[in-house]
Amino acid sequence: MKLSPDETVFWEYGFISINLTLVTTWGIMLLLVVAAVLVTSRLKTDIRISRWQCFLEMVVTGINQQIKEVGLKQPERYIGFIGTLFLFIAFANLLIILPWYEPPTGSLSTTAALAISVLFAVPFFGIEQSGFKGYLKSYIRPTVIMLPFNIIGEVSRTLALTIRLFGNIMSGGLIVAVLLSIAPFIFPVIMTALGMLTGMVQAYIFSILATVYIAAAIQQSDKKTTKTIQLKEI
Amino acid sequence: MDSITVIAIVSIITAGFTTSIGCMFPALSEGKAVVSALQSVAQQPDAAPTITRTLFVGLAMIESTAIYCFVVSMILIFANPFWNHIIA
Repeated sequence: MKLSPDETVFWEYGFISINLTLVTTWGIMLLLVVAAVLVTSRLKTDIRISRWQCFLEMVVTGINQQIKEVGLKQPERYIGFIGTLFLFIAFANLLIILPWYEPPTGSLSTTAALAISVLFAVPFFGIEQSGFKGYLKSYIRPTVIMLPFNIIGEVSRTLALTIRLFGNIMSGGLIVAVLLSIAPFIFPVIMTALGMLTGMVQAYIFSILATVYIAAAIQQSDKKTTKTIQLKEI
Repeated sequence: MDSITVIAIVSIITAGFTTSIGCMFPALSEGKAVVSALQSVAQQPDAAPTITRTLFVGLAMIESTAIYCFVVSMILIFANPFWNHIIA
């Protein structure tokens, strides 16, 4: 029994190996990019817009609103990162209705890559917002004693993001595989539908958690700047 | 019993216990979280979107402990390092 699509290797040379995870990831990237280019090449501001443009506008507006509700005031700056995460994970999980498809998010390497990009995005946006020193000061908040715990928290939440997405998707695939050997007729279909629901919820949770982490890094430094401004005014 | 049999027995039993205990307590606590979220939605229907989003994030946090246990039991069954060590 295969635990992850990493084990299906198509081509190998030295330490470079092209496996099913990579191929499906490239396929999803191609699908998303081509679809986005096709839709946005004919944008209109008419009263009557094409149905695909309407769909895309709904997606963008929805993600913007979710980001704003978490507490980031300018969602346009973050939608490039968070929206990409959400769309990629959502499509990777939803395409399990296709036969012989294995979600790349069911592989530990993909989820680790996504979580590491979140790990780097948090200081990136934090430094962009409040400068290098301002961001570093968020580590010694509320006191210097909390410094090691803040660093441990940063590492452990990356690990948690990785294992959560991987475990959820992998368990869904595994349950379908086990059920295929017990009750192969209708039941796996229901479990696949449940897997699509879980995949959608996981995509939502992954992007919302990334947003929450970014918002925490920014708001901590934000408070500091407003406080200094207030002090100066006094 | 040779060492491979011992490792197999211990791994299988441990995997079962890991998943069962690791599913029991997260299930209880998720139930508690859902109960209080539903109560607060019933009290304040206006705050339903915020409560729902917080509930989802919290449930994901709670659920990840169950997922850790599941991953550990999967490692014990399908990718047991001690088993591989003995066979190698």
